[in-house]
Amino acid sequence: MSASLLYALAGVALCGIGLFGFITLAHLLRKLLAFNLIGSGVFLVLVGLAQRHGEPDPVPQALVLTGIVVAIAATALAVVLIRRYFHLSGHTTLRAETPERVPGRLKPQTRGDNPE
Amino acid sequence: MTANTQIPLFALLTSLLASVIIFALPEKGHRLRTSVNLAAAGLKLILVGVMVWGIFHGQSFEFAFTMLPGVQFVLRADALSMLFAGLSAVLWLLTTIYAVGYLEDSPNRSRFFGFFSLCVASTMGIALAGNLFTFFLFYEMLTLSTYPLVVHRGTRQALKAGRNYIIYTLTGGAVLLLAIAWLHGLVGDLPFRPGGHFSGLEPELQGPLTLVFVLLIAGLGVKAALVPLHGWLPQAMVAPAPVSALLHAVAVVKAGAFGIVRVVCEIYGLEAASQMGLLSGLALVSAITIIYGSTRALYQLDLKRRLAFSTISQVSYIILGVSLFGPVGVAGGLVHLVHQGIMKITLFFCAGNYAETLGVHRIDELDGAGRRMPGTSVAFTLGAFGMIGAPPLAGFVTKWTMGTGALAVGMDWVVVVLVVSSLLNAAYFLPILHRIWFAGQQQAWPHERRWGRLETSAWLLWPPLITAVALIVIGLLASMPFSPLSWVNLIVEQEVMQ
Amino acid sequence: MILGLMAGLLFTPLAWAVLTLLSGFERSRLISWLGILIQSLVSFALWAAVASEGGFHYQLGGWPAPLGIELRVDGLAVTFVMLTAVVGGACGWHAGIYLDPKKNWHRYFWPLFWFLWAGLNGVWLGADLFNLYVALELISLSAVGLVALGGQADALRAAIRYLMAALLGSLAYLLGVALIYGQFGSLSMGGISELLPAGSGQAGLIFALVLMIAGLALKTALFPLHGWLPPAHGIAKSPVSALLSALVVKASFYIAARLWLEFGEHLGSYGLAQLVGALGGVGVLWGSWLAFRQTRLKQVVAYSSVAQIGYLFLLFPLSWGVSEAVSLQAQQGMTLQVISHALAKAAMFLAAGNLIMSVGSNRVDALAGVSRFLPFSLFSFGLAGVSLMGLPPTGGFAAKWLLLQASLGSGQWWWLIVLLGGGLLSAAYVFRVYRASFIENSDTDLFFHPSRSLEVIPMILALLSLGLGLVAEPVLSVMALPFSKGGGG
Repeated sequence: MSASLLYALAGVALCGIGLFGFITLAHLLRKLLAFNLIGSGVFLVLVGLAQRHGEPDPVPQALVLTGIVVAIAATALAVVLIRRYFHLSGHTTLRAETPERVPGRLKPQTRGDNPE
Repeated sequence: MTANTQIPLFALLTSLLASVIIFALPEKGHRLRTSVNLAAAGLKLILVGVMVWGIFHGQSFEFAFTMLPGVQFVLRADALSMLFAGLSAVLWLLTTIYAVGYLEDSPNRSRFFGFFSLCVASTMGIALAGNLFTFFLFYEMLTLSTYPLVVHRGTRQALKAGRNYIIYTLTGGAVLLLAIAWLHGLVGDLPFRPGGHFSGLEPELQGPLTLVFVLLIAGLGVKAALVPLHGWLPQAMVAPAPVSALLHAVAVVKAGAFGIVRVVCEIYGLEAASQMGLLSGLALVSAITIIYGSTRALYQLDLKRRLAFSTISQVSYIILGVSLFGPVGVAGGLVHLVHQGIMKITLFFCAGNYAETLGVHRIDELDGAGRRMPGTSVAFTLGAFGMIGAPPLAGFVTKWTMGTGALAVGMDWVVVVLVVSSLLNAAYFLPILHRIWFAGQQQAWPHERRWGRLETSAWLLWPPLITAVALIVIGLLASMPFSPLSWVNLIVEQEVMQ
Repeated sequence: MILGLMAGLLFTPLAWAVLTLLSGFERSRLISWLGILIQSLVSFALWAAVASEGGFHYQLGGWPAPLGIELRVDGLAVTFVMLTAVVGGACGWHAGIYLDPKKNWHRYFWPLFWFLWAGLNGVWLGADLFNLYVALELISLSAVGLVALGGQADALRAAIRYLMAALLGSLAYLLGVALIYGQFGSLSMGGISELLPAGSGQAGLIFALVLMIAGLALKTALFPLHGWLPPAHGIAKSPVSALLSALVVKASFYIAARLWLEFGEHLGSYGLAQLVGALGGVGVLWGSWLAFRQTRLKQVVAYSSVAQIGYLFLLFPLSWGVSEAVSLQAQQGMTLQVISHALAKAAMFLAAGNLIMSVGSNRVDALAGVSRFLPFSLFSFGLAGVSLMGLPPTGGFAAKWLLLQASLGSGQWWWLIVLLGGGLLSAAYVFRVYRASFIENSDTDLFFHPSRSLEVIPMILALLSLGLGLVAEPVLSVMALPFSKGGGG
């Protein structure tokens, strides 16, 4: 089995694991981690396929670098949103009926920068 | 752009601009709004008159541009369009005067008159449309502009009636759109042409074209209140009387009937339609509608509802006439477009007067109304007799023409239908007349209002008197050169002799 | 000159984003309004240039693809650039007046707005697959930020859900890009479509295309992947909802359509095309039904977006395996649908915002009596509704007509049911709102009057959507080579 195929298969496996985690896990941070796994899987596929023509191909590496930057930005945004959401509602999942995981942090109406 | 290109466009624009101006005026600007309304109506009448004169002398008026790939927007004035346009211009002026009087002290008049003008603009567009696509454009615009008029009062009943109205008319519109799109796919963009396009038709197109015809009639039949698509009409009576007058005499119902006339005569052509067996089906449906409408009218206790069913019945005369395939029969149907309009609007104006002045809505409350409101009652009587078909009124001219036309093509059953429906008309109008003139007043009027010396407001009295006189004159002078009947004969020459 | 304009369209918004990041709400507002003016002028100048000189390719910095960024503009791209200028400009103007300056997190609206605009222009002008990915991500992240601007817990929920959906969609798209690069070694759409006939039929490539379209469909909220849209568009502030429904979902659709039209011939299949169309059809019916059942005004409009988006995907079956003429009709119809929906939906959301602000409640039944106080906004809402219903003479009708012709011409008559039935169903929910506003026996007589300019903006957009129907022919001829392969260069 050539190296490129190995990388590509590993990438696909990572995607699969990440997708599974995304669908089954409820906690938002875990979903975020699952996303990052999928992302890494995709990058691995990209890099793996690039090896096929013998000499290293700069284009996929440029693409992966760009992709990593985008993924960082997206992850940062997600973390901020999740944190803020938790602060406002006390929930760590998107399911509305779940009881608060951490009692005592729910004070939506009394902080300074509150919604109208 | 020459004058001949511009005039049809301007005829349309007068009411469109009037509508925009009225929407922009504040609610309290009554005098200004009335002047704008009347000025626009007058201007439109002048423009239509210019076009009628021009058509009579053989000129042509057309405005066209390509709206979509393969499809043209065409406004064309020809004899048939002037028939409808003339009727609608004259009646708009009278209805505007009537509406100003009727809605005095009502809220939301800006909204009402704005949409009223839009409604008339749409009707003018329907009259002037030069192909099915343009026709459809204004047909749907008519639906949209009449909805706010139907629900004007905002009561639960009005909203329910509006909802039904929209369900019926938009569904009909969708069917019509399907038919038009299909027709375009089959044969391209066809302008309305006297004599139609399908005289020498290839046999393989006949099947699809028959289906298209059925769809077209179904789509148009909703507005034309063909049975069983008529359900929206009686409910729409909840609208104020000027709206009922406009909807039933001029705009909506006539638009449907006019559309059917255009389709049968100027898209398919009478000869082709008859060959494909389409006309006999159409004749049957219209005959059923005539009898059904008149029969149901007998059982109505509310005056406007009785008039509504009468409309359902009478408008089908137009369609029956057109499906008779002889020149005389077609002429009878077409001239009824004008005659029925004038007669029905008289009746609705009078019904509105009774409601506004005396608070009378039901027929059994009309006892003795003749003494209290003689002018209105005379107009009502003339309108009723016209409907029944008594000579020498306009209605008689129609029935006579259609009867002779039917005999000429050997469709004797049509004469039976005409006679039966005249009898039914008598059966539901004569009792009303009896109550008005010969019954003594039993109880106090439900809700009386006084307007000084005249029996009712001048705005409300003059329009029905004018139209009542018109229907006598039209009947008497039917054979004179400028009567509707002569104009119709001009049209029929072109349609049938091609 | 065109080159400068094209680059300007990408970089000026970015510059403006930085500028507005550094100032408070009011100053950013002034800067932004100036920026909107400049962007609109540049967009218009580009349109004029393309109308006279034809399409164009441009490589930024002279670096050739695939390492460099390649921009291309043809008639279609420049039409969308103009659309962005008009709708984006209107929403930016509206937001400046509508948003409350006292809430100091509202100042982040402006930089996010400008990043969004930069991303949108990137999508319209992009010529290679990876840069489209970057632009898409830029759009998604800005849009998520804009949704979260509401600040409450439910806005954040909606934003998180939106972010999850957007990221999943982007990753699917990226995987597809990776697979295609692996096969062809090229990322430019023109280059790949030339190489395609050699590689057609390979399961891997078909899978790649399916992945990409699935990812983009998720971002465009095609049924059944639409769950994220109603909360996001319904809860966001009205100018934000307008931007999202009008422009953001169209960007991913635009890419999906380009992919299909350039690669679908070889990689697509009848089954796939019909499936996508069928999902679109179900979306139309389901979205309209749900819109009819909503109690809150903005949710009605949001579900209406789901329904209207379904129409867009009818492009797929109507352009595959059909004659040139029919495919052209379908493309023209779809373009008109995109433009008229963008104008009408933006008008609707902005008008809805005015109505909600005036009545003080976001429920539909609270609208009773508003026709006397805010006739302007109500009329804009109504006019926009007419375009959504596809009634003449609006742009929505023009689009519907062309699509009907395409369905008839290709023999796929079942889409007629979707087109006509969808129109009737949209009438159901639009008239429900009209009806609520005509009701007269209501006690509420306390209405707040928003400023006049807030009412003018949706009216302008609604009138444009109406006018589109009248000038459809010239607009279509500007898009001289719709979805052309490779533009003029």
